[in-house]
Amino acid sequence: MNFFWDLLLGGLTRGSIYALIALGYTMVYGILQLINFAHGEIYMLGAFTALIVASILTMQGLTGLPVLILAGLVAVLYASAYGFTVEKIAYKPLRQASRLSPLISAIGMSIFLQNYVMLAQTSDFLPFPNLLPPSDFLDAISVWIGPSDFVIIVTSAVVMIALSLLLKFTKMGRAMRATAQDREMAMLTGVDVNRIISRTFIIGSALAAIGGILIASHVGRINFYIGFNAGIKAFTAAVLGGIGSIPGAMLGGLVLGLAESFGTGYISSDYESVFAFAILILILIFKPDGILGRSSQQKV
Amino acid sequence: MTPLLEVKNLTMAFGGIKALDSVDLHIEPGQIAALIGPNGAGKTTLFNCLTGIYTPTSGDIFLNAPGGKARRLNGLKINAITALGVARTFQNIRLFGGMTVLENVMIGRHPRSSAGILGAIFRPPATRREEQDIVDKSYALLESMGLSESANELASNLPYGAQRRLEIARALATEPRVLLLDEPAAGMNPQETNELEGLLTRLQAAHELSILLIEHDMKLVMNLAENIFVLDYGEEIARGAPQEIRNNPAVIKAYLGEEDDAEAQ
Amino acid sequence: MKFFPELKKSFVIALWFMLLTFPVLVIRVNTIENIVVWRWINLAVIGSAAFVLSFLWQLYWRRKSAAAPVSVAQTSALTRRMSDPKFYRPFLIVIAALTLVFPFVASHYQINIMTTALIYVMLGLGLNIEVGLAGLLDLGYVAFYAVGAYSYALLNYHFGLGFWTLLPVGALLAAFFGILVGFPVLRLRGDYLAIVTLAFAEILRLVLENWNAFSFGPSGISNIPRPGFFGIDLTLEQSAVYMYFLLVALCVLTIFVIHRIQHSRIGRAWVALREDELACQAMGIDKTRAKLAAFALGATWAGMAGVLFAAKTTFINPASFTFLESAMILAIVVLGGMGSIVGVIIAALAIILLPEYLRVLGDYRMILFGAALILMMIFRPRGLITPAGKTYEFRCSGKPAAPEKRLP
Ligand SMILES: Nc1ncnc2c1ncn2[C@@H]1O[C@H](COP(=O)(O)OP(=O)(O)OP(=O)(O)O)[C@@H](O)[C@H]1O
Ligand SMILES: [Mg+2]
Repeated sequence: MNFFWDLLLGGLTRGSIYALIALGYTMVYGILQLINFAHGEIYMLGAFTALIVASILTMQGLTGLPVLILAGLVAVLYASAYGFTVEKIAYKPLRQASRLSPLISAIGMSIFLQNYVMLAQTSDFLPFPNLLPPSDFLDAISVWIGPSDFVIIVTSAVVMIALSLLLKFTKMGRAMRATAQDREMAMLTGVDVNRIISRTFIIGSALAAIGGILIASHVGRINFYIGFNAGIKAFTAAVLGGIGSIPGAMLGGLVLGLAESFGTGYISSDYESVFAFAILILILIFKPDGILGRSSQQKV
Repeated sequence: MTPLLEVKNLTMAFGGIKALDSVDLHIEPGQIAALIGPNGAGKTTLFNCLTGIYTPTSGDIFLNAPGGKARRLNGLKINAITALGVARTFQNIRLFGGMTVLENVMIGRHPRSSAGILGAIFRPPATRREEQDIVDKSYALLESMGLSESANELASNLPYGAQRRLEIARALATEPRVLLLDEPAAGMNPQETNELEGLLTRLQAAHELSILLIEHDMKLVMNLAENIFVLDYGEEIARGAPQEIRNNPAVIKAYLGEEDDAEAQ
Repeated sequence: MKFFPELKKSFVIALWFMLLTFPVLVIRVNTIENIVVWRWINLAVIGSAAFVLSFLWQLYWRRKSAAAPVSVAQTSALTRRMSDPKFYRPFLIVIAALTLVFPFVASHYQINIMTTALIYVMLGLGLNIEVGLAGLLDLGYVAFYAVGAYSYALLNYHFGLGFWTLLPVGALLAAFFGILVGFPVLRLRGDYLAIVTLAFAEILRLVLENWNAFSFGPSGISNIPRPGFFGIDLTLEQSAVYMYFLLVALCVLTIFVIHRIQHSRIGRAWVALREDELACQAMGIDKTRAKLAAFALGATWAGMAGVLFAAKTTFINPASFTFLESAMILAIVVLGGMGSIVGVIIAALAIILLPEYLRVLGDYRMILFGAALILMMIFRPRGLITPAGKTYEFRCSGKPAAPEKRLP
């Protein structure tokens, strides 16, 4: 039972991170029908920025909560700025081009950003400080749940609820949903589509950065390549849940995380990612539009 | 006389909405029939059911072969229905924009030819003959549609009216016995519509075709159709010869406020 | 000041980039010795580079929007030139001569690179069937390549079968794998297909990496024999030349076969499928069969290329079959201009040869490759060569064949 509980927690932790990144994929896909391959790199950049800021602050003698908050804030800001810039450079000039051109451009951007960080920083793994300040509460619950597991699950849940509220109740959220439904129609009704696209990238990148900081401080080390795997998994999660659907991305992330966790626990630890991809294929065979995806039957 | 195409009790529901509700319809061999009704009446939905794009919720569609054997069409794949001899055009033109005009028609020859991958690689005489036959027949169709001038242009570069005619040519290339035309005159000017009328009459005579026509242009419908079916909100509200339909109060009521073509005629 | 607004904007953009790249480019922390290195020079470099580039960028878009809008259907000068016999005949002869002479004037190293490039020509042409012609976005093409390579390596290791037996076997196994993957996924729409093919490729790679008993795991298989040459022992140099000519021959075969298929009933069906899946079915084309055929045929070529790759390098391991490889092949197809054979060949040679000859750039190769992909897509989104529609000769109404010139 204990083993099961560990796996469940591990799966939820992992799944929350996948879900956070998957949201960025699904939002961008919803509006541009683009697989933003560079999204995983934004997550990696978020983690790197947090590492750099946190290290400098720690060297200045700061500790605890202020470091976490400052590093987190800077990382989220920077990741958003990167997301915004990436869209302007690599995707905006390609609005009119065929579907494949932005995809190649995205792959190019992903390669570019990986190597940018590798060249400017290092290709080695860097130790990532544990940013969680000591707390009596976390100590108290650590019998049942690891402190960082707890923080990851709770933070992700809060962030995702906030995003859902933002999309549902704000003017910007409505404009985003309208643009995702029908870009031309939204344009005709006065929505500034370019601005909405920029904001989508900014929000998606911020979520990815939060995921990046959480997982980096959980795992304890990062390198320039962490974005690739996380990106592919998160995209898989988005598709699994039904791409374009916000609750789908959250659900898909959790399903994927749990599948990996239980797969490695009960079957074999060598095939972690295989379980993720196998689940994806299985689900798509039976539900071709993903778990919560809209049916693709087209009107003729 | 057994009808060529027979629709019995056809219902198509999307969620709770019945886009078609127990519709009956039949077309005799060599006949031009028309399907009319206000916007959203379910006309295109009926075509989609007939061609296998939608699977009807209930009801039957039969295609009767000349020998008298009836084939049930619902449940068959789209391409299988085309191969049996039902071809269509689309209300929102769906040409292969990146291919030339001639190539568009050549695609229509697909179900009437057989070369496979090995044939393509080795090009035995039979494949060569077939390929030339595809080109010749397609070109002949373009000529009969007045499109031969632009055979090698990209389909997407054609003017609107020509694109509509190209869709008809492409459908004819599949050698159908029933041709379903979804608003072929939409977007055409009066002169083009006139030409289309002549064209359809000639086609029907030349190929012994049965044609089912969806059209909002009542003049065209009244001139061409021997038999008219009227749909409203998925239900069949009238059927009969043009004269009867024109004076049918239910039809006039359905169209009232929609457009006054029925009376204008 | 004519350029004043542009200069001002460039200035802002330069500032933006200096700010954006500041943490990553300027700061380097060493957490073990607790030192921070500040590389201020990078800031200056980024600032000035961003200023100049954004200025040029703005000029480019200004000139472009000032120029008359180009019709989408207009084919590029390069394309038109390529379809003119007067131009391409002598061109072909020169190419053929160069191809034949090359191994006798080039170094061993260069021959090897060229052979690798030719493998990518095959891969590009194969994937072009799936993506360029049939419009099936396959992000896991490398899986078929891996099936070919491992078929040769493993069947040779266990059963001692030779290269010439295993070349068709590898191709067939890859085709079989293509159909196996194809069956469940072909009813998925565009991007779902993309991610599922990627998933299949990753599963295969991970299995190869972890199932030591089957595939020898990450350490891979070495001592794979080179192709035999009528039982004669070849020196290393000779066998490189042999391998080169083998690939030239197979590339010519590939071009021939794909050209013929492209201009056949099946090839047209694929293009129609790419253009409009529904209308294509309504023209009586069996969607599933057409897609499976495209998958199987594309996979066949990847399988063949895999066997050749294993035979050329004599060593394979799962690291050769990562997603980056699939991305590279896809980039070849898109850069070449989807569906264009000549374009794919040029793109394959450019993408494989340029980085090789730019080894002086060292670590900067990959970052430049990434940047080049983005720039190519921005400035030539339709690829190097946009395939022109074929013109057919038709006989009609008793008139003799009247070839018509295609309008530009
Ligand atoms: N795939 C679908 N999903 C849900 N509803 C559909 C679908 N296809 C059609 N409908 C609905 O069925 C009804 C009939 O539509 P249909 O296109 O058949 O009308 P129509 O008679 O062709 O109208 P028009 O003259 O405007 O072409 C409409 O209310 C439409 O919204
Ligand atoms: Mg309609």
